[in-house]
Amino acid sequence: MDSVKLKVSYAPFVHTKDSIESVMYNVALALAPATVMSIYLFGMPALLVTVICIVSCIGFEWLMDTIRKKPASCLDGSAFVTGLLLALNVPSNLPIWMLVVGSFIAIAAAKHVFGGLGHNIFNPALVARVFLLVSFPAAMTSWPVPFSIDMQTAASPLGILKTDGVEAAMKSLDLMNGFYGTMNGSMGETSALALLAGAAWLFYKRYITIYIPFTMLGSVLLFSAIFHMIDPSAYAPPLFHLVTGGLILGAFFMATDMVTSPLSIRGQVIFGLGCGLLTAVIRLWGGYPEGVSFAILIMNGFVPLIDNWDLNERKAIHQKKSEKK
Amino acid sequence: MKTFNTGGIHPPESKFTGNSAIEVMPLPAELAIPMNQHLGKPAKPIVKLNDEVKKGQLIGEADGFISANVHASTSGKIKAIKSHPHPGGQYAMTIFITPDGKDEWAEGLDTVAADWKRFSKDEILKKIKDAGIVGMGGAGFPTNVKLSPPPDKKIDTIILNGAECEPFLTADHRLMVESAEQVVIGMEIMASLLPAPVKLAIGVESNKPDAIAALEKFAAPKQIEVVSLKTKYPQGAEKQLINAITGRKVAEGELPFDKGCIVQNIGTAAAVFDAVCRNRPLIERVLTVSGMEITQRKNISARIGTGFKDIIAFCGSMSDKTNQVISGGPMMGKAIFSLDVPVVKTTSGILFINNRSLDKSRERTCIRCGRCVEVCPQGLAPWLLANTAQLKQFDEIQLIGLANCTECGSCTYVCPSGRELVHWIKYAKALVSSRQKRKSA
Repeated sequence: MDSVKLKVSYAPFVHTKDSIESVMYNVALALAPATVMSIYLFGMPALLVTVICIVSCIGFEWLMDTIRKKPASCLDGSAFVTGLLLALNVPSNLPIWMLVVGSFIAIAAAKHVFGGLGHNIFNPALVARVFLLVSFPAAMTSWPVPFSIDMQTAASPLGILKTDGVEAAMKSLDLMNGFYGTMNGSMGETSALALLAGAAWLFYKRYITIYIPFTMLGSVLLFSAIFHMIDPSAYAPPLFHLVTGGLILGAFFMATDMVTSPLSIRGQVIFGLGCGLLTAVIRLWGGYPEGVSFAILIMNGFVPLIDNWDLNERKAIHQKKSEKK
Repeated sequence: MKTFNTGGIHPPESKFTGNSAIEVMPLPAELAIPMNQHLGKPAKPIVKLNDEVKKGQLIGEADGFISANVHASTSGKIKAIKSHPHPGGQYAMTIFITPDGKDEWAEGLDTVAADWKRFSKDEILKKIKDAGIVGMGGAGFPTNVKLSPPPDKKIDTIILNGAECEPFLTADHRLMVESAEQVVIGMEIMASLLPAPVKLAIGVESNKPDAIAALEKFAAPKQIEVVSLKTKYPQGAEKQLINAITGRKVAEGELPFDKGCIVQNIGTAAAVFDAVCRNRPLIERVLTVSGMEITQRKNISARIGTGFKDIIAFCGSMSDKTNQVISGGPMMGKAIFSLDVPVVKTTSGILFINNRSLDKSRERTCIRCGRCVEVCPQGLAPWLLANTAQLKQFDEIQLIGLANCTECGSCTYVCPSGRELVHWIKYAKALVSSRQKRKSA
């Protein structure tokens, strides 16, 4: 008994087993079905892309930590998730050097410039994707056809919609194929089924809430439904918008990124609505066929404003109360 | 099943001692009785060195309105009156008694009253005050003060708090099972002090079905409702309990009085019974000895002033891996700095743990996951309060609900980054109140 040295610390003395690592690797686990699906659809190149992205993101994370003289955070899982998300956001035939450049942009320019994990304003994987899209538009929009051996490429359904109109786009895609994932697109975007299975895991673990994904999906559906009803020949039906492109990946895995989304429920609703409306607007009238990445990034920029609004609301409630007294 | 409506967490219950009957601990070789075992001013010692005292004799007199009497826990000789470690984390004026082994009651004490209903309200209130009864859940607010609400506040509900939502602790649980009748009568006595008849409810978490059944037996004939509450932390926090049982919300800066409620602890009710019906002052209490690093986990009834070292000897031994000993529960208790501290009126449990998270610095960067906002039972944004405290913006922090925090620790429990959120909030509270004192001085 006398050998015992008592230590004093503050309550509570029990904590959850949750840590940054467990959160991040659970997100990675939730992305596993989509990753496996993309390897099944697009073959070995997809596996290669996944490995390159993850390894180079972790490598750049280590490099940035070393340069900034910060404790090593490269294995905390956040770089792993960024790499995985980036891989799922690009076509499987992208040259390796572009993947490495993308990883550098994600980790160095989008994350560590702002101060590392927890401080970045924009989702790193999305910044990298948009960077690659505007820098190498041709490579980023030639989508491999699923199960093709000779890396045959074709336009994505959303691309066809933009260039050839609703009729051609609808003909190019059976909606159920879109749901299962056998369509042309980025590696991880094609299978709604696999993505939803992963999202269900995140809901079960309570790492994401329903507010952002459902308001985002809901507003895209509503917006496109309204215009589809006004002119069915010019605007595609809402379900087409739901299963194509990166909407489901974006709504469940990118918009819900903890660091770059609002903390309050009302803030999350506004954020989700904004993401959805911007996605729909860009898809219907924008220059690009796909708008999810741009929409989420734009709304990322509004997050400090939304959080500040919530803060002011809290203060206003407090002031009203003290006036009553 | 009733529960409070915002936030809450489900830590592992770890209630190992729920089925162990209360064991009466033998008298130790020395008792150290501190003068401040309650909220408010410490009691004034009224005995001198080498005085002979009897069991239950007054040795510390309440000093002022918010203060409480302190009594000798056994008969014996006053050995010393000096400053001594206190489980609250400070040194406090303490009276040491060497027991003579006779354990003799002082004159006029330990008599059985035939019928408490014959006493007038003032007599009962005086008995409670004389017995030195304080809230035994942890805060230690003098019970007689709590039972004399200002006349302009209309009280319509008395709630007995049997939630015992802290992990490990089972002292109230055993008290409800073994002394259900005394607890119910104690509650009746407290209710009789109010000017108008009130609604009586006992809130018990649903993980204690035997306690609910035991209370039902005595409560049902007396129109006392035993409410089964969802097992969720902090169900037993005063504001949350009021919300769960009455649906009312105690807002920032309000007291339970303002919402027509008085909340009392199970142990307090049993102590009121002892004071009024058996003429015994508060000189012993039931507490849980638990944790992973003690060989025999027990519920014990110990005299006030029993040293923690004597309790360790009574409960087998403490393992060498122990690095923290906690007075109270693991969510809101205090880590003690010395094993010399004694049991006081508010010691609901003693835990022996090996807290591995102490070895490394735990706090990491906030990843904005929002779990703390989700679980806060008071609807606050703990991450924001902690950030503001770290930036020392003490005017700003009061505007975002600092005073509304009940320090339950749920936010710190869930934080995946291991941030000591509630610690930063307490830090801000301490600095804000000292600044206000300086301003008014």
